[in-house]
Amino acid sequence: MSEGIDEVLRSKLQQQGIWVSSMQELYNWGRKNSIWPLQFGLACCAIEMIATAASRYDIARFGGEVFRPSPRQADLMIVAGTVTKKMAPQIVRLYNQMADPKYVIAMGACAISGGPFKQGYNVLKGIDRYIPVDVYIPGCPPRPEALLHAFMELQRKIDEQKLSGANKAAHLDSDQPSEFPVPAFGKHDLEPPANPDIFHPPKLERV
Amino acid sequence: MESLEEIKARIEAAVPGAKIDIVTNGGPSQQHSLRVDNEHACDVAKWLRDDPVLRLDFCSNVTGVDWLDRTVKKTVKVKKVVDGEEKEVNETTEEKIPGHIEAVYHLYSMTHKHGPVIIRMRTSDRAAGARLPSLTPIWRSAEFQEREIFDLYGVKFDGHPDLRRILMWDEFEDYPMRKDYREPDDYEYEPTPHDDVLERAKPYYTPRPQIDGAESIVEEWKPT
Repeated sequence: MSEGIDEVLRSKLQQQGIWVSSMQELYNWGRKNSIWPLQFGLACCAIEMIATAASRYDIARFGGEVFRPSPRQADLMIVAGTVTKKMAPQIVRLYNQMADPKYVIAMGACAISGGPFKQGYNVLKGIDRYIPVDVYIPGCPPRPEALLHAFMELQRKIDEQKLSGANKAAHLDSDQPSEFPVPAFGKHDLEPPANPDIFHPPKLERV
Repeated sequence: MESLEEIKARIEAAVPGAKIDIVTNGGPSQQHSLRVDNEHACDVAKWLRDDPVLRLDFCSNVTGVDWLDRTVKKTVKVKKVVDGEEKEVNETTEEKIPGHIEAVYHLYSMTHKHGPVIIRMRTSDRAAGARLPSLTPIWRSAEFQEREIFDLYGVKFDGHPDLRRILMWDEFEDYPMRKDYREPDDYEYEPTPHDDVLERAKPYYTPRPQIDGAESIVEEWKPT
């Protein structure tokens, strides 16, 4: 919503055929209705993502049907599936290659926490250890409706982004990083096992 | 198909010097196997593939088994003369079996539609001696699976054409399927820890001595 305009006045002007808007509103409206996802899938969640893109669920209703095969042309990374530790550096590298503004949806139990493979040795325990995640979808795998819900949540989030001021959007703030360090293959684990700048797990407290 | 005893006798006649043991499987599957000594393994495998009666031309599965050092206790009743009387005494013998790693091959015949014949090879130990002859020259299908055993169990296959890690990255140094492997410690957050994971997550918890003290009392209490 544009700031500084009386909503009642705005509505009355609209009835007279005068449309008052702000740059921010127009900018966010344009961006939120053409979110192009990066075309890649990692595991069974990708099947649900494909179903979401097909005619029955039809992500085109939200302007997200253009799956781009290049990170340079994509706005949204849907991490759909299990991120193995061998795959994680490539995911971070793809994220770094995407142009700002960029968003991440962590789809399914594996992408948000490691899921059923959490106690294993070879699966990353959540992609939020290395890149910032905007929307998390639980489920194993989540249904297409859940992905559409996450998509709409992301649209809501984009709609509320500010173009200026102290809490402006991250891609407009030159102090905010747009690339994150790619983890290296270590002798026993990825190094580092998590990026401490962005990964803040809840503090464990037992009662 | 012939019984394992017949196959064993025919191998020993065909490949001079080969030592074959029959390893019995007491489980419901009753899949007994032939243990082949490492020096003659290639010759034995070649014979199994080319013998016109057996013709085991398809190696469907290769897997590894890790055996840690173990002691087997056997109790035998022995008649002994104690104080001039003959008595039955339980005598316990301990047999120490050093640790080793096995590679198990499941062989079938596409020509005669029979199988499986299971052969296994055993390394001398779990460290520097973890070497086996590769059977990839005999069965091409063993190539990736021997690489997998190399990756996850650390067995080096002599004669393998392309022995590299297949699942883990090249810089990785551990062997995750070995029984003494410990995965890297990243349990700093676990929403519902239990059992082993709880033990490993405990250093990350804030201490609560009153309740934890009570927990240990509960563990010691047993119903009579």
